[in-house]
Order: sequence, then C-alpha cells, then structure tokens
Amino acid sequence: MAATREEIDRLIADGAPTGARAALAALWHEQPTPAVASFVVSRFERLQAGGMKLQPFKVAILRSFTVEPIVPLLRALGFVAGLNLIVRIGEFNAYTQEILTSGNWLDEFSANLTILAVQARDIVPDLFERYADLSQEAVANHVQQATDAYRQILTAARARLGGHILVHSLELPDTAIGSADAVVETRQREAIQRINLAIGDIAKSARDVYVLDYDALIAERGRTAWHDERKWIMARMPIAAGEMIHLARQWMRFIHPMSGRICKALVVDLDNTLWGGVIGEDGIQGIRLDDSFPGAAFRNVQREMLSLHRRGILLAVCSKNNPADAMEAIQNHPGMILRPEHFACLKINWLDKAENLRAIASELNIGIDSLAFVDDNPVEREWVREQAPEVTVIDLPDDPLGFASAVQKAPVFERLSLTDEDRSRAAMYAEQRMRLELSQSATSVEDFYRSLQMRAAIEPVNDKTLARAVQLTQKTNQFNLTTRRYTEQQLSAALSAKVSRGYTISVRDRFGDNGIVGLALICLNGAVCEIDTFLLSCRVIGRTVETALLAHLAEEASRAGASKVSGWFVPNKKNAPAADFYSKHGFSLVQEKDGAARWELDLGCGQIAWPEWIACERGSADER
Amino acid sequence: MSDEAAKKVIRIAADVLNLPVEQVTRQTAPTNVENWDSVLHLNLVLALEAELGVQLEPEEVDKIRSVGDAIDVVAARLN
Repeated sequence: MAATREEIDRLIADGAPTGARAALAALWHEQPTPAVASFVVSRFERLQAGGMKLQPFKVAILRSFTVEPIVPLLRALGFVAGLNLIVRIGEFNAYTQEILTSGNWLDEFSANLTILAVQARDIVPDLFERYADLSQEAVANHVQQATDAYRQILTAARARLGGHILVHSLELPDTAIGSADAVVETRQREAIQRINLAIGDIAKSARDVYVLDYDALIAERGRTAWHDERKWIMARMPIAAGEMIHLARQWMRFIHPMSGRICKALVVDLDNTLWGGVIGEDGIQGIRLDDSFPGAAFRNVQREMLSLHRRGILLAVCSKNNPADAMEAIQNHPGMILRPEHFACLKINWLDKAENLRAIASELNIGIDSLAFVDDNPVEREWVREQAPEVTVIDLPDDPLGFASAVQKAPVFERLSLTDEDRSRAAMYAEQRMRLELSQSATSVEDFYRSLQMRAAIEPVNDKTLARAVQLTQKTNQFNLTTRRYTEQQLSAALSAKVSRGYTISVRDRFGDNGIVGLALICLNGAVCEIDTFLLSCRVIGRTVETALLAHLAEEASRAGASKVSGWFVPNKKNAPAADFYSKHGFSLVQEKDGAARWELDLGCGQIAWPEWIACERGSADER
Repeated sequence: MSDEAAKKVIRIAADVLNLPVEQVTRQTAPTNVENWDSVLHLNLVLALEAELGVQLEPEEVDKIRSVGDAIDVVAARLN
C-alpha cells in the first residue's frame, strides 16, 4: 500500500526528500491517473524548490490537437525516472509557421526534444473526409502534397533546431468506401500508409529525427477505446481520458535514451520469474516451462529477454537458491530458452539481493544505476527499491502472461539505434564470464591457456581493418605502450611510408570470436626495428596474446635485416598493466627521459618464442 | 448526493487544482480559484473521467461550473 498524500506532504515538510520521492514513486506506480499525476508534479516541484536536483530535459510540443492534459502525466513519468521535463507547447495548429518562422520561442527555448504531433485528419483532411469523391489522380496529389509538407517541415526543423526531433506518423482511417477499400483502385488506407513510409524515409536520412508509430499505438490500445469524439468536438482533445497515459509513455520511450536514462543490464530472478514454481522444492521435473499454461508465459518472458540480449542488453541472474539446483535447470531443462551462455553474471546464493546487485554491477564494470531488476516477488522489489534506489525496478503484474510485456515496455532498454557492436556485446560478456570460470577451475595458468584453445590471426592493416585499428588507438588505455592516437587519415598516411608496417591481431577461442584485439605499428629503419605503437584491448589482457604479436614483429624484423627491436614505454594514467611488458620479454633498459623508458632487444641473442598454446594463422606485410 | 462521490471528486479536484484537500468544498469554483482556467477545467473533467472510467456527455460537462456541480454529475453517474 502506497503512502497517502498526507503522509507524503508530512515527509516533505519534515525535510525527508528521499523518503518523499520514494513514496511519490510508489503512489504513482499504484495509480498512474491524471489526478495523481497533478499531485506528483506539484510535490516534485516543491521538492525541487527545496533543493532537490533532477536532470532537466526540455520538450517542445508542436501540435494540431489539444495535448495540455497529457503534460502532467508526462512530467510525472519523468519525475519518477529522475528527469525534470520542462515542457512548452506550440500554438494550436500553428506548427508550420512556428517551424518556418525563425526568431520565435523555439530559438529561445532550445529544446532537447521537439515533438511534432499532427493528426491525419488535420494535415490531410480530404483523404480522411472526402475520400469517396476523390479520383485516383486527386489521391496521388494529396499524398504528394502531404509528403512535401512533411519534407519541408522536417528539413526546416532539422536545419534550425538543435536536439532531437520526434514526429508522429499518421493514423489509418476508418475507410470511407467501406469493406471494398482493399480492392478498389484508390485504396484509402494505402494512401495514408504511403505518407507514413515517406515520413520514415525523411527521418531515416536526417540526423536525430525519429518516428513515433501513432497508428501502431492506437492499434495496440484499440481504436474504439482510444478516441473520444465528444472531447474532440468540445475541446479538440481526441484521446480518451484513460488512454492519454499511453501516449505519454510512448514519448518516454524516446526520452529515456535521449536523456541517457537507460540500463545496460537486466538482472532477473529465477523461481516464478523465468520458470513457474520453485526449483528447490519442485525439482527440474516439477517446474513449469513448456507450451501450455502457465509454462508458456515463462517461455514468453525468456524470449523477450533473449531479444534484449541480442540488442546488446546484458543479462544476469540474481536468485536465492542452491546454485547446483538452479544451474541444472538452466543448463538442462528442455523448456529453457535462456542458457548459461546468455548470462554475463550469475549470482545464485542466499545473500541479500541488494548486495548481489552491487556485486553484479562491479563484476560487469558498470554503474549500479545501469542495472534493471525484475522479480515476481513484490517484497524483493520493495527491498531493492529501498536498499539500492539507483536500480530501476521493473514491476510485474500478478498474471505471468503479463510478464513479457512488462519487460518489453520498460523504456530503459530503448535505444535510438542498433549497431553491430550492440548485437554482439552481450554475447562477448557472457563468453568473458565463462573464460573467468575456466581460469578459476584450471590447476595452472598454462593449463588455463591450453584449455582456452586460442587461435590468433595476424594481418597487415588493410582497408577493411583500418577503421578498427584507428578505433583501438583512440580507445585503448590500459595495455598501450605509447598511447599514440591516430585518425584514419593519419594512420593511412603513416602506413604509406615504405619503412612502416602495421599489424592487427585477432583472437578466437573455444568460447567465441574476440575480433581484432591488438595492433602494432613498427618502423623498419636499417638495423633497428622501432616500435611506434603496441596495444591490446582489455578483453584479452593476461592471455599471452601480446607475446604472440611481439614474436611476429621480431620475426618480421629479422627477416627485414634488423638486428635490434626497440621501443618506448610512455606511462599514462591507466597503462600500469603494460609497464613490465619489455622487461618480461628480455628487453634491456637503455634510456629514461621524462618518466618514459626506452627498451631494446638484441635479435642476435635469440628470438621471442611464440606461445605454444596459441595456434597461429599469420599474414605478412610483404603481401600488400 | 452520495458521500462517496463527494469524497472522490474533492480529492481529484484538490489534486488537479493543487489545493489542500480541506480547502476544497462544494463552493470551490473558477470564480474563487485563481488558476482555474480552461486548461485546468479540461484537466479536471478528464481526471474525473479517467478515475471513474466513464466518458461524460457534453451536457454533463457543460453543467460543471463548480466542485459541487461535479459532485452532482458524478453522483448521478454512480447511482
């Protein structure tokens, strides 16, 4: 039971902002209604006046209909997510002039997000109301005019406004022709769909312009329930009172990633969250996880989590269980969709969940505010809310069939784009965990290296790998001997010199492909092979990959007639892990200057041995 | 007039008008609440609808000129 309004006001009056904030969030969660939204907004404003600091985020709404009653709902959603949403609304139906006329409130306001909320019946009224009268040609003209209007407005808005732009696509109409719409020459719904496709194309080709699929939102809520024709006629408010919250939530799904209020990892409970029943009591035969009810509901939620995993959201387990029981189910239950390889971290023990969440954040090397937590048990959720308030707690309904949708709708997993790196991130973390477990079970370090079954490929930097090589020089700090940063232009210029060579090393092992993880740039100048850059991604530190790359360089150097390899170690704030690299490989210290050290290896005294546990797939710079 | 309707409406009006609940009475109206403008009026109507799960008819909305009117409209609906 959430605190009453009177209790919340007392907390504020008593100077207990943290408690007041938690109580407001609980009240809002229990009753996300317009009345409670007004209360929540006014109390958060009071808390802010009393010194509470929330991240500000400015939203301009340009519109063709009444949106004012939605604003308190939007602001309440923002406040409980830690955002102070400052909202300004354009004049009624004046969006075109407001965008095309410079020097008005939009410049001064300088929004982080500008929403263009225009209804189909306002921008293409003829396609809505006069459809049955229109010739095919007239329909095509209307579609073209609307497309041109969107292009003009969005292009001008992009050129003029900073921040993000979010445009509503158009709602599909009830057809004026009736049931024959799909088979007549001028299909009304198709005409609107063509405009929507054009809006998508315009957005895709512009920077930071996004589309809210308004028709999909209405369809999900139900077209009949969505509209309130009475309020449209009375107050130009087309959306039913109880549905307004859903438009506000949809806006939040964009505002979360735009303002950085996102989570990188989802931490999940097991019993009655990932499967039905309690593994410790029901056993692997007894838990419910199949295609009937309720097992199917749990398979749905697992499917949803797998899709998050594929989008780069890390998954972790936090469950009070005997680890052996739980792991047996995760590994062997035929109904499991998620398997050990999908989890970047598993905490299956009897410790307090808030503690475990802290341990998970630190193991994954992300902030605790980057964690979201899902658990069917409201007591655990409440405990985490109290003990680890930075964690985003996802509430689940009582009915397990609603679990998947609760996870899917959490705005903290929204992203504005999806890169290849996102797609492979979660898998890489899980592979890393399995390597760590292997290293803990291995009896010796050599034993561990051997069991990894590493294969390395060394290749001269080429057109395909240049971008990654540059990225490594820009991003690598820990295992980086000289920390020289290169741009693409600089690196390709450096490599065009006859005496220069650059090599990348990529490593695969039994758990997966790490991709290109190291780079060396050398200069072969007569008797001396000078190491300009030598770096290794932190993904593979401590696995002798650096020895393999150095062995390759030494071999290339002797083949080119050099008798010495030498290089600098230049300390930066983070590269202590690489400080003993040269001494470990038999180099002698020959010079020290401004904290940097110069090391040298006489190739006449023998080669650098390639690590026997790494299988080698080498290329050569001479093949360029 | 039902007490239940009165209690609900006064609570909602206090939230939307940002007034302490003990200051809201049947007589509370746009004429004696400074910030009760047309936007707030619409917010109040929609808040009543969302809370009660109904869509009020235009005639009912027109009748609402004070908190007392709102209580009467809601009471009629709840009966």
